[in-house]
This record gives sequence, structure tokens and C-alpha cells, in this order.
Amino acid sequence: MLLISCPWCGPRDETEYHYGGQAHVAYPHSPADLDDRQWAEYVFYRDNTKGPFAERWMHSTGCRRWFNVLRDTVTNEVLAAYRIGEPRPEPQQAAAHAAAQAVAHAGGER
Amino acid sequence: MAEQITAGPARLRRSPLAHLEERMRAATVTGPRGVSLSEWPYITMVSLRVDPESEAAARIEKTLGAPLPRRCGDTTSAGPHTVLWLGPDEWMVVSQAEHPALTAELTEALDGDPGSVVDVSANRTTLELSGPMAREVLEKGCALDLHPRAFEPGQAVSTQVGPVPVILWQTDEAPSYRLFPRASFADYLARWLLDAIDEYARPEVT
Repeated sequence: MLLISCPWCGPRDETEYHYGGQAHVAYPHSPADLDDRQWAEYVFYRDNTKGPFAERWMHSTGCRRWFNVLRDTVTNEVLAAYRIGEPRPEPQQAAAHAAAQAVAHAGGER
Repeated sequence: MAEQITAGPARLRRSPLAHLEERMRAATVTGPRGVSLSEWPYITMVSLRVDPESEAAARIEKTLGAPLPRRCGDTTSAGPHTVLWLGPDEWMVVSQAEHPALTAELTEALDGDPGSVVDVSANRTTLELSGPMAREVLEKGCALDLHPRAFEPGQAVSTQVGPVPVILWQTDEAPSYRLFPRASFADYLARWLLDAIDEYARPEVT
């Protein structure tokens, strides 16, 4: 069971979330100009990363917001959770970020 | 907007847990291992969505007489209304007031600005779980930290109890909790809770 920290609600069990696949897959700037192969790559082709991987999650039984999670696909460790629109943290930053978040939720959130 | 039914069929309505009323009453345990479960049907609930920084939000806060809570877990109260935080731009107003009147007032305060006010009183029912063992009962199926150091009266969160998504609101230190499951999950949740309560009616196993 993963423990994922929703950027709005704090740490909750994985069962409260829905998975949404790879994050930061940009919609093509002018989709009409793509040929079939390029369109297929946009729709179906995803990275198969070994290591830190940015993916989308949705807190479906909580605040129902989509956000991004940086997860290590080798250790299954959740390195960071960040809101849509925020840049993807680097793995080293993410580790520090996760530690800071844990402290904030333990102390700051009453 | 759909016409509100205020007479006639309202008399014929059945709450989602009317058929379990007797069983819930019979399951009540008193004493130091006490816990009780009951349904509070037909409570007014209004779903509210608005940008918290907007003027419309300020007008709604004035109408309610309470600020909209801005953090997960927080609630605010004024008179008959309590506002529960559901998301960064989403709240549920639980109220003793009549639902057509409250919905109309909030719709007027929103005044056509981006957002929504929807009467969702029939969406969920309310279960009250109360007594010294209430927290232990919930802890059998809720992964949240419900210890008083982390969760206290006046806090409400949207989470899961067993496999059922609920809004869980602690109302006092007894402790008493109100659980808001969707109507179609209410029967399952009530039976789940009755099963969880069962052990406290028997001598403690040591």
C-alpha cells in the first residue's frame, strides 16, 4: 500500500486515489498537422522508466483534484507530490521536499 | 431550476436506512464500552463551488454568516449552518434550515458568477456514531489518524470507512462522529458498522 501525500489533504492511503498515467505529456500544439504515426505516439506511447517517474493521480475519495506524483518505479517510494502546473522536482530536491512535507504535516497541520 | 417539492410526496419519502432503524436501536451499547448508531434522515445539504478569492465567495460568506474554511479538515459554523471543506473550491453546507430556502439564498448570493449551488440533500444520509468506543469502531476500517492529537471536534474530512467513501465529521468529544455516505452505500455501511459494534455488547476478551 502506497502512502501518497495529496497536496491539499495530506497523507492518505493509495485506495483513496485513482491513477492517471504518465504526467507532463503535452497536447500537440497543432494536432491536425500530425501524421498517423505521430498521433499514435502521442496517444499510446509512454515512457517505461526505471527510477523516478512523474505520473498523474487523482484524490477521488478526498478533494477530487488531479495532481502529479514523482514515484521511484524500482523502490515504489513516493518522492514528491506537487500540484498541476508546478514544475517536476528533481529527484534530489524531491527527497528534501518529501522530508519537509512530512515535518509540515506532523507539526504545522496541528 | 427544477421545482421544489414541499408537500404531498414529501410525506411518502423513505430514508435510506428506515429499514434498519430497529436494528440500530437494538445494537446500542451503554456503559464504559458504550457506542450507539442512529440515522438522522433528511438533513439539508447544499453543494457549493466557487473561487474562494472571488467577490461571490465573499457574498456567500456574508449570507451564511461564516467564512468558508480554507484548509482540509476545517469546518466553520454559524447559526443552523456548518460549512465542511471538500476541496480548494468546493464545500458542503450542512444545515438545520429548509433546503429550498437555503439553496435559494445561496443562489442569490452567487448571483450568476462562476460557481454552483446545488441542493444535494437526497444524495447522502447521515449516520451518527457516538460513545466511548466510537473511535475504536471507526478505526477498524478507517486508515486516518483519529486520535485526539490529530483529529478533534469540528474537523471533517472526506475519506473511506471500510470500502465506503464517506465524509466523516467529528462533532464532540464523547466522541461523536457523523458519517455522510451516499444513499446507495448507506445500507452497506450501516450493516458494516453494526457488525463492528457487535463485540462491545459482549464481555471484553482479554
